Amino acid sequence: MHKLIHSNIGRLLFFGALGCLLFLAGNRVDELRVYQGATLAMFVVAISSIILLTGYSGQVSLGHGALLAIGGYSAVLARNYWSLPIWLCFAVAVLATAAAGSVLGTAAARLSGPYLAGTTLALAVGLPSIANQFSFLGGEQGLLFDVGAPPAFLGADFSPYKWYFWIASSAALIALWWLQNILRSRYGRTWRAVRGNEVAAELSGIHVGKAKTLAFTLSAGLAGLGGALLAMTIGTVSPSAFPLTLSFSLLTGAVLSGVTTLPGVMIGAVTLVATPEIANAISHRLGDSGAVTSNLPGLLVSALLILVVMLVPNGPVEQLRSIRTRRSVSTSR
Amino acid sequence: MTLIVSELCVDHGAIRAVDHVSLRIEQGQLAAVIGANGAGKTTLLRALSGLTPARSGSATWKGHDLLHSKPEKLVRFGVSHVSEGKSVIPELSVEENLNLGALWRRNAKESEQTRNKIFETFPRLEERAGQLADTLSGGERQMLAIGRALMAKPELLLLDEPSLGLAPLVIAQIFQSIRDLTTQMGLTVVLVEQNALGALEIADVGIVLNLGRIAATDRAQSLIENPQVRAAYLGY
Amino acid sequence: MFTFIDTLLIGLTSGAVYSLMAIALVLVWRSTRVVNFAQAGQALLSTYIGYECMGRFHSFWIALALAMILGAGVSALIEMLFMRTLFKRNTGPIAGVAPIIATLGLLGIIRGGIGIFMGGKETIIRPPLSNVGFTISGHTFALSPFKLVILSAVLIMMILLSLIFTKTNIGLALRASAYAPEIARLAGVKVDAIRTLGWAIAGAAGAAAGMLQTPNGTGALSPDSLEFSLLLVFGFIAAVIGGLESLVGAVIGGLLLGLVLAIVLMYVNATLLFMTAFVLLIVVLLVRPQGIMGKKAGRRA
Repeated sequence: MHKLIHSNIGRLLFFGALGCLLFLAGNRVDELRVYQGATLAMFVVAISSIILLTGYSGQVSLGHGALLAIGGYSAVLARNYWSLPIWLCFAVAVLATAAAGSVLGTAAARLSGPYLAGTTLALAVGLPSIANQFSFLGGEQGLLFDVGAPPAFLGADFSPYKWYFWIASSAALIALWWLQNILRSRYGRTWRAVRGNEVAAELSGIHVGKAKTLAFTLSAGLAGLGGALLAMTIGTVSPSAFPLTLSFSLLTGAVLSGVTTLPGVMIGAVTLVATPEIANAISHRLGDSGAVTSNLPGLLVSALLILVVMLVPNGPVEQLRSIRTRRSVSTSR
Repeated sequence: MTLIVSELCVDHGAIRAVDHVSLRIEQGQLAAVIGANGAGKTTLLRALSGLTPARSGSATWKGHDLLHSKPEKLVRFGVSHVSEGKSVIPELSVEENLNLGALWRRNAKESEQTRNKIFETFPRLEERAGQLADTLSGGERQMLAIGRALMAKPELLLLDEPSLGLAPLVIAQIFQSIRDLTTQMGLTVVLVEQNALGALEIADVGIVLNLGRIAATDRAQSLIENPQVRAAYLGY
Repeated sequence: MFTFIDTLLIGLTSGAVYSLMAIALVLVWRSTRVVNFAQAGQALLSTYIGYECMGRFHSFWIALALAMILGAGVSALIEMLFMRTLFKRNTGPIAGVAPIIATLGLLGIIRGGIGIFMGGKETIIRPPLSNVGFTISGHTFALSPFKLVILSAVLIMMILLSLIFTKTNIGLALRASAYAPEIARLAGVKVDAIRTLGWAIAGAAGAAAGMLQTPNGTGALSPDSLEFSLLLVFGFIAAVIGGLESLVGAVIGGLLLGLVLAIVLMYVNATLLFMTAFVLLIVVLLVRPQGIMGKKAGRRA
């Protein structure tokens, strides 16, 4: 059973089964949850891009929000100016962001730790504001994104939110399946070697610069997909849709998931979706003041982040794994 | 002022690296701890200087509990540890590295006297006083590391594989210096070494560790003449 | 002609404030090898404290001193409560990244906390000296007594702190604890206490940055204020440009950033501000990946 799950066919079946489950779930749940499901799927994609970049190749990015912005804007532009079908717009988003990622990646490969963090931070703050400069990018208000109505064969009362959910989930499932494959391939092993010790990796014949750039490129592609999904769920793109806090939230989600492993990615995504809800509930109890409502979600997420980093730095999944390993070692003595 | 270790057990991850080790080292003795790679020698020293927590057992010296104190505190009790391979800070100069060892003493005059004595023992360090430790050769770094430990005016000196990575001629010099310093300053020394013969030749007492347990304890000279020890560790 | 000089002056003074922030960041980096993103949040908190003190004591200077002292205290507390636990448990693949993420989390908490408790309040800090420019032959320059204070404060701090780091025993202990904590321990240095000291000094510097920056701008203090965001991002960028290893670099980085941004602001377009900072950063790092004053890597064991 274990072997089956870890083989390629096994994984494909797993994702296929997951897809069917989601399809069934989508039919039984109300509109709000379905919409949240779409947002959840978006976060899954975005967070997994960080897991690839930071968890596997060891490069810290504080600016994934900017990459999401590139993806979002690309998708919207492709739709509005070229009237491409939706799936093609998403493809454009992925490719455009990946291209940007490869350029950034070559610069990033030469930078270490805090210098890379600083550069990505500057990018996260600087890039969205470019939209204010050029009118075709919609300026401050941004552009509208219309993915179109669900196809006729699905029935007249198929809500658009469910349609978003389907698109987002399929995109997420495909992305995850693809990512899982790559991470388990020799590319994944190469990245882990680079993350562990760059000098040793270089000495064993790995071209560290190329590996890092590749990771950046692929991560950017995923982020671009996430950005397109974000644009779809909120219906617009604008500079304010990609603030600095988005980059921080994604990083938080990745850490909560366990930045070095993919299976935990749902944990981070669920937290990011659930926290505003919980925060709203709490601020409701506390009297609904404006200050509390706008600050509480960020506060909760940050508090959670600190707790996780201090107590369970490798993420809950990895922590469970190491407990299991320790137990099996001590019982075998 | 004896170093008394009793039933010491230290774990290294899931492995028991030091297994019920007991030993006595009298004041003024130079004890060589030899054994194969992975025998637990380094772990033993790390436990004695408070760097690695011990599982059980005890280690006392001058009435101080060595196992449950922070390393920086033990220095003030006269325990100095030169760790394996990396006891020198490359970004600081030679002089700064030395001064680091005496910072806690807060007596500038005394520290200067000690520093001068160290420069006498290792004249090469005086030549390179202003240079970054990064630029020193392996042997010079080892001298600097030992010098730094001596700046604290220790009474118990723990040395972890000082000969590691050094040329044979330099090793001989280092070992000789260690022997001379031990005698001159009345130090008690625990010398962990893979270079078994060299270590035993300058030591008073020898301890053989194998897989975390003591395989033999005797006067150093007796161990050198012991046929089993010779076969296993001395190569002849 | 005058506009150009004014631009330079504006650039220098705003750059000086970024330098202060950068100094705080470099201090923490040099003494604990961590980039403290929460520094700006701490600066904000200290400035609020300063504001309260101004209300009590009616003197900017007393408020500044108190803000720095309390800022140091808060910083030390943060180090003891959070960072020490982090260092102890910081192993595994995430080791390099964890402190960065933790300080980001702290930033969020501080910002959120301030937003909740002080959110709606109108808080203004007025400059203690005239912030009106000197007038020479009929033209008012963009240099005022207050701005002179800021510039001198930065220079004094840079010189003082550099001397402390390189010429004193405390400085040696700080550097050793950052480069090689285990070796420093074995040498008898109380590494934990020294680290806390490093953070405390940085906290004081950050507090000064916040207190000086606020009256320099609009004077309004709020967690969402533009000044605060600028301090966060530009302070960090200035530190990186200068090379995290050097206090002098922090000042150079800050001044350079301030000048370039002022030029862009005046002659090009205000909306390109952040993008310019990014471009400057990339250009500097491409030419010198370790920053302007940074030393080339190559740590040999």
